[in-house]
Amino acid sequence: MKLLFEKSIKGTSGHYVAPSDVPEYRLDTSLLRGKEPVLPELSENDLSRHYTQLEKRSFGVNDGFYPLGSCTMKYNPKINEVTSHLEGFTDVHPLQPDDTVKGCEEVIDLTKQALCEITGMDDMTLTPAAGAHGEFTGMMLIRKYHEKRGDSARTKVIVPDSSHGTNPATGTMNGFTVVSIPSTPDGYVDLDALRAAVGPDTAGLMLTNPNTLGLFDRNIKEITEIIHGAGGLCYYDGANLNPVMGISRPGDMGFDCVHLNLHKSFSTPHGGGGPGAGAVGCKEFLKEYLPEDFSEAEEGAKAKMEAHPDSVGKVRSFHGNFLVVVRALTYILSLGNEGIPAAAVQSVMNANYFKVLLSKKYHCAEPGLCMHEFVISMEEEHKEKGVSALDIAKGLLDEGVHPPTIYFPLIVHEALMPEPTDTESAATIEDAAEKFLRVYDKAMADPEAAHSWPLTTVIGRPDEVAAARRPHLRWEPDGEEEFGE
Amino acid sequence: MGGYLSVNEADKKKMLSAIGVESEMDLYKDIPEDLLLGRKLNIPSGMSEQEVLGKLKKIAAKNKVYPTIFRGAGAYRHYIPSIVGEVTAKETFLTAYTPYQAEISQGVLQSIFEYQTMISELTGFPVSNASVYDGATAAAEAAAMCRDKKHVRTLVSAAAHPDVIRVMKTYAWAHGASIELVPTKDGVTDLDALSSMMDSTVGSVYIASPNYYGQIEDVSKAAEIVHASASKLIQGVNPIAAVLLKTPAESGADIAVGEGQPLGMPLSWGGPYLGFMAASDSMMRKLPGRIVGETTDGKGHRCFVLTLQAREQHIRREKASSNICSNEALCAMTAAVYLAAMGPDGMKEVAGQCTSKAHYFADRLASVGFKRTYPGEFFHEFVTDTPVPSSTVEIALDRADILSGLPLDDSHILWCATEVNTKDEMDRAAEILKEVTQR
Amino acid sequence: MNTPKELKYSKTHEWLKEEADGTVTVGITDYAQDKLGSLVFINLPSEGDEVTEDESFCDVESVKADSDVMSPVSGTVEEVNSELEAEPEKLNEDPYGSWIAKIKPSAPAEGLMDADEYEEFCSKEDE
Repeated sequence: MKLLFEKSIKGTSGHYVAPSDVPEYRLDTSLLRGKEPVLPELSENDLSRHYTQLEKRSFGVNDGFYPLGSCTMKYNPKINEVTSHLEGFTDVHPLQPDDTVKGCEEVIDLTKQALCEITGMDDMTLTPAAGAHGEFTGMMLIRKYHEKRGDSARTKVIVPDSSHGTNPATGTMNGFTVVSIPSTPDGYVDLDALRAAVGPDTAGLMLTNPNTLGLFDRNIKEITEIIHGAGGLCYYDGANLNPVMGISRPGDMGFDCVHLNLHKSFSTPHGGGGPGAGAVGCKEFLKEYLPEDFSEAEEGAKAKMEAHPDSVGKVRSFHGNFLVVVRALTYILSLGNEGIPAAAVQSVMNANYFKVLLSKKYHCAEPGLCMHEFVISMEEEHKEKGVSALDIAKGLLDEGVHPPTIYFPLIVHEALMPEPTDTESAATIEDAAEKFLRVYDKAMADPEAAHSWPLTTVIGRPDEVAAARRPHLRWEPDGEEEFGE
Repeated sequence: MGGYLSVNEADKKKMLSAIGVESEMDLYKDIPEDLLLGRKLNIPSGMSEQEVLGKLKKIAAKNKVYPTIFRGAGAYRHYIPSIVGEVTAKETFLTAYTPYQAEISQGVLQSIFEYQTMISELTGFPVSNASVYDGATAAAEAAAMCRDKKHVRTLVSAAAHPDVIRVMKTYAWAHGASIELVPTKDGVTDLDALSSMMDSTVGSVYIASPNYYGQIEDVSKAAEIVHASASKLIQGVNPIAAVLLKTPAESGADIAVGEGQPLGMPLSWGGPYLGFMAASDSMMRKLPGRIVGETTDGKGHRCFVLTLQAREQHIRREKASSNICSNEALCAMTAAVYLAAMGPDGMKEVAGQCTSKAHYFADRLASVGFKRTYPGEFFHEFVTDTPVPSSTVEIALDRADILSGLPLDDSHILWCATEVNTKDEMDRAAEILKEVTQR
Repeated sequence: MNTPKELKYSKTHEWLKEEADGTVTVGITDYAQDKLGSLVFINLPSEGDEVTEDESFCDVESVKADSDVMSPVSGTVEEVNSELEAEPEKLNEDPYGSWIAKIKPSAPAEGLMDADEYEEFCSKEDE
């Protein structure tokens, strides 16, 4: 398919802006760029069709089952889009006087209150723009806490080997040394290894619970006590909150701060990779360190700063991804105190049902019940027949199913990690299970053929090695050859 | 109770029996009893869609939507063609995950590749990433790209946006570094002061042009000074101004970053916005976040993939310099649709009108006693002195449903005009101010 | 697996060749390139860098991994093979022709294996 630039027809751009009604002012040519930027010129019809074509070459939650583990691809309610498009939210300048943005402040307050209750935290900031951004913020709180106490020896952050890749990277961004501790064979934190790892240099622990194997760590209280006993703090990665929201709270498990991905548990759309929002909650003793949720440019900023002298600072301009927060609040208000735990329960029921159905053929990394997701290992099949997790994933594409997360967590070889989410029906799960099983049989029957899947998608497997060896990161105006469909 | 579940009681019964448990709560047998909440959440009961919409409409109505805005300071009201919102509301774009499965994500990947090309064109640099959270975090990430054991210092112009400075400070603190402010002189960065602050331990220098006060900086001269110490220059860019002004690449900067909100994103009380980042080839592998590249599939068809992934957190883990995963992909698409809809002529028209209207407005304000504070050329924002307290100005214009320029202090106001402001609006504001000063 | 007899080998799969002028030439082994898969980038050290035995002195990237290359010897980097920046595939195609760096040792390298020992070491790693 051609690029916008290759479809450009000179002189066909639409006219959207009213003509100027003031005298023209020209800047001195010494200030101006030498060459105009090359931008595509398309009629609105051609432009509109271009994106409709692109839409057909994409896969959203509406296109089919989307069991992407640890990503919580649940249905994104339509009402979220209506409320977040209200003019009273979209057309408000971030630096308006305080008394003209009472509605925005109410959205923030209501959302904070609800999320504090759901997590068992005492205060919350909604300014981080994504989960990783929330992690960064949360770990800054821990760093600030030790710094304020003059405890400069606490330089190490403990991260289990089953953690999300963001956890170690976040530790490093905060200047911590990351200490990885092993999991037990049954997938839990190894308490002995944890005890051996903690000491006067322990700043804290970063943990996902339920963990990336889809297991709720039943020793969680003991884990957080070991960290606290050593003088460290406990950080809860909320990427997997969905199965326990309204059921069990990180605050009660002993965590001191958390981040939540509003684009996972709270139904705001993923947008092809953002925008999301990463709320960060903390216990009372950390709240003075929370980032500033006002702009340094706004009315009374100085007084507001002076009122929060120990804040870690500011993690994003203005007030964060406000419209994402509006969507999350809409979801919370819709579900309420019955709907939130009901969604959690259903996510767990769906995952376990799917696990039971897939276990007819696939080998699960851990036996028994899971939370909202579970992990399959293709290690045996790969050894015996050369069928890899990647082959299964690509085979699923031909079945119209979005593949699960693959090759994660790292501690399971040839991993496939499905998370069906709460919004799928029994029939959808049964249908998906049939497809998973069919792909399994086909791959085992003809492993060679499986390596060339998918067959029905608009492109075959892309050459990622060539892409990375000779990066081609933009369209060039000249010398481009024509490409067909 | 509102909810989006797709199973009924009969389904539940069937599922529980297949799983082999008696009740829903049996699914949670791994959670120790004392960790179960065991009560209802202390939040309101669920509501119907009708009630939720009613409630949020009421809340939204508590905000004031100004028909006329002369305030910019990092967030700008521009005209947004209808097609922009329509395209980005497409359900598939809205709900898709990050395009890791390239075979079924060519649409999203191609749209990012097109976006990267446009950012390259605006900045003059060959490489753009797929976006970061906003302009302030883009600046902070750029500074981190240039920081290593030998280059620990980061200098930031005091004429940068206060939020950009604050966010850069916060990130630097987390990295165990700090930033130093380069003072201003006449509303622009004091390049003599910059010279005297430079040494070989400076990793990077950040200067925005147009800067927070709307002034156009001498970036070329700054680049010479910075490069004399073998440091990197990061230029903050307004993407609308970039259509007209010398590109960061032409001025000799090494990295361009900026707030992409003016490219089709509504004000939205500050977000979601779009951080864009572009750089020279030599900085390519230091760029944070996702990058889309062109390649071919087994049949030789052109296709697009996420590439250079070994830079990223999910592979490099504790060795990654940034932990970013989610970016602002839908906002990047918004920017691309906006730029494509406007086309080169439309963008020149918008940038030209911004310049003309801001200069007309500056003249009108000067004629009623609000003289520009600084000499030198500006784009679509400028600072004036105010003969009456700036809060008086804000209140007087608010009565006429006009959002005034941003009070910087009691006697200075930062004004902005874009293509959406009409001559009538500017004349009316000037008339009101004339009355205020004569009272 | 190709294991030239004239070279020495480290447990972290680097090869080392002692040159007549007292410097050593260093690269990654055939076994290493095979395990790493198609390499897409090498982050070379700089000339003049001080390197330490058994510590990372450069890294190589495949599509899905970033791996450290350990220095088999302590010393100073005298020369790097900058051709590899443009053509990282040479590390796969010709691992023993694609030297990474020439290092002037500050002390003799210890604990290196000869070709036979290295082959045996690799066959154990594969078990």
